[in-house]
Amino acid sequence: MIRSVPRSAWFDRIYLAYLIIFFIYLALPLTVTAVFAFNDASFPSLPWKGFTLDWFFADGSNGRTGLFHDDGLLSALWVSVVIAFWVTLLCVFLGCVNAILFERLEFRGKEFLYLVMLLPLVIPGVILGVSILVFYSGMANSVSQQWGIELDMFRPGMPLVVAGQVAFITTLCTLVIAARLRKFDRQLEEAALNLGATPVVAWFTVTLPWLLPSIFGAAAMAFLMSFENFNTTVMLTGSDTPLTVALFNRLREGSTPVLNAVALLLMVGSALLAVLAMGRGSTRKAG
Amino acid sequence: MRSSASKLSLCLLMTPFVLWIVLLVLLPHLQMLRVSFHVRESWDTVTLGLEQYQNFFSESYYWRTFVRTGVMSLFTTFLTLVIAFPIAWYIAQLARGRAKGFLFLACLIPFWASELVRTYGWMILLRESGLFSTWLQALGLADGPVEMLYNDAAVIIGLVYNGLLFMVVPLVTTLDGMDENLVEAGYDLGGNHWTVLREIIVPWAMPGVVSGCIVVFMLTLGSYLTPILMGGKDSAWFTEQIFTQFITRFNWEQGAALGVLLLVLSSVIVWLGLRVTGQNLRKVMG
Repeated sequence: MIRSVPRSAWFDRIYLAYLIIFFIYLALPLTVTAVFAFNDASFPSLPWKGFTLDWFFADGSNGRTGLFHDDGLLSALWVSVVIAFWVTLLCVFLGCVNAILFERLEFRGKEFLYLVMLLPLVIPGVILGVSILVFYSGMANSVSQQWGIELDMFRPGMPLVVAGQVAFITTLCTLVIAARLRKFDRQLEEAALNLGATPVVAWFTVTLPWLLPSIFGAAAMAFLMSFENFNTTVMLTGSDTPLTVALFNRLREGSTPVLNAVALLLMVGSALLAVLAMGRGSTRKAG
Repeated sequence: MRSSASKLSLCLLMTPFVLWIVLLVLLPHLQMLRVSFHVRESWDTVTLGLEQYQNFFSESYYWRTFVRTGVMSLFTTFLTLVIAFPIAWYIAQLARGRAKGFLFLACLIPFWASELVRTYGWMILLRESGLFSTWLQALGLADGPVEMLYNDAAVIIGLVYNGLLFMVVPLVTTLDGMDENLVEAGYDLGGNHWTVLREIIVPWAMPGVVSGCIVVFMLTLGSYLTPILMGGKDSAWFTEQIFTQFITRFNWEQGAALGVLLLVLSSVIVWLGLRVTGQNLRKVMG
């Protein structure tokens, strides 16, 4: 099964065929979704009726409303961006702090707390959403019943969605940043201290630049995970629905090529973000 | 002086961690556990009791769906492992240079789209008016439209597709570090394909296998979109019932109980998986 071990020709051929089928399986759903965003028909299926950009740009005058004139979808997109922004900010901050805490400091119960830090990874997303809903919304209900004070912040809505997503994305950011911090040569920091830098200066001039690629990576990942999350978000969302929930509601009403257009836009957006994060990371590494 | 400074920095770094884990993870889950033991007597009075859990066991629809979800998730995880292993082996050991990086990236590409988009893609392919149906008719293999969506097979296809990345990446990472001389030695000592796979490759890949399986199992068990959009009337998923209790019926007590049960199921299976394979969570995830 490795290069130096003789293999039969038919085994090789089957293996190759398997690889090809596998990659077709991976690519097919996304390819058709993207292609049907340009089909000139009101339902995303064959036969192919010709190429059109209506599902992106039509302004409703010919009975079709393209994505860029669909106020519902555009405002949902904006809600998603705002949520993802806050989640990214909070998670990267918490990720950095947690990484230093677990990689640099020694304290009692560290092993145990590390396991606690990993917990959100083994909790299904729906449960995270439900528990936060029960805790905060329940609290808002009882406060309102007993004292008549309305804690609107704790009702389903954007702050709760951010809270729910931060609960598990923080763990992922911590793992990404901690992995890079582990590879850091501490002598560099000691050299800075010997040369007269204060610990704070040493941190900002030596350690932080080393961590930057992982911070960009973690930020891109946090943004994408937040943007694409459905399971936690759907339990916590209020009247301002983010894009995934809005798309889901549309999809239940029936599919139109506008949904394909949104899907294509999301794919392109994520791809750009991923490339940006990777490019940023590699130039840093080279520099 | 030095020790008080380090104590201060420990406190400063510990505070955000404690706030995050206590306010967003521990307290909410404890509260969910507490609410699951509530029995509502009138609109503003509750007592403690086991009613919600009794409902679960007496209502066969609940526990049937529970068992079904667990079994189908395990099956999906196993299938994902079997499908992903040869791919990971090829990328880690057989591909060279640019092909290696390219194939690895190709595995990641589908995951630039969200679960909703991926499921939507499968719906376009599999439904009655979908591509497969049209192609089959064009090839003369089917007389009329074929419905391939809304059954368990469709759900599993979608779930495996969602899980693949999380299986391929850890597998490639562990297999990549494996010295191919080990495999050669296995053959030199008289092993055949099967014994080499069982005695050398699988034990080496075990941490990757376990971590991939845990993540895929968790994702599958907790998934909502794929079963609800691709499944038929009979293929209910447990998350769907939790959702119904909370959003449609406003029965938080029952929903919390179902949530606790799902959490217990996932924890028990992950724990069993770690025990049986002799791994621990830190090694596998950290």
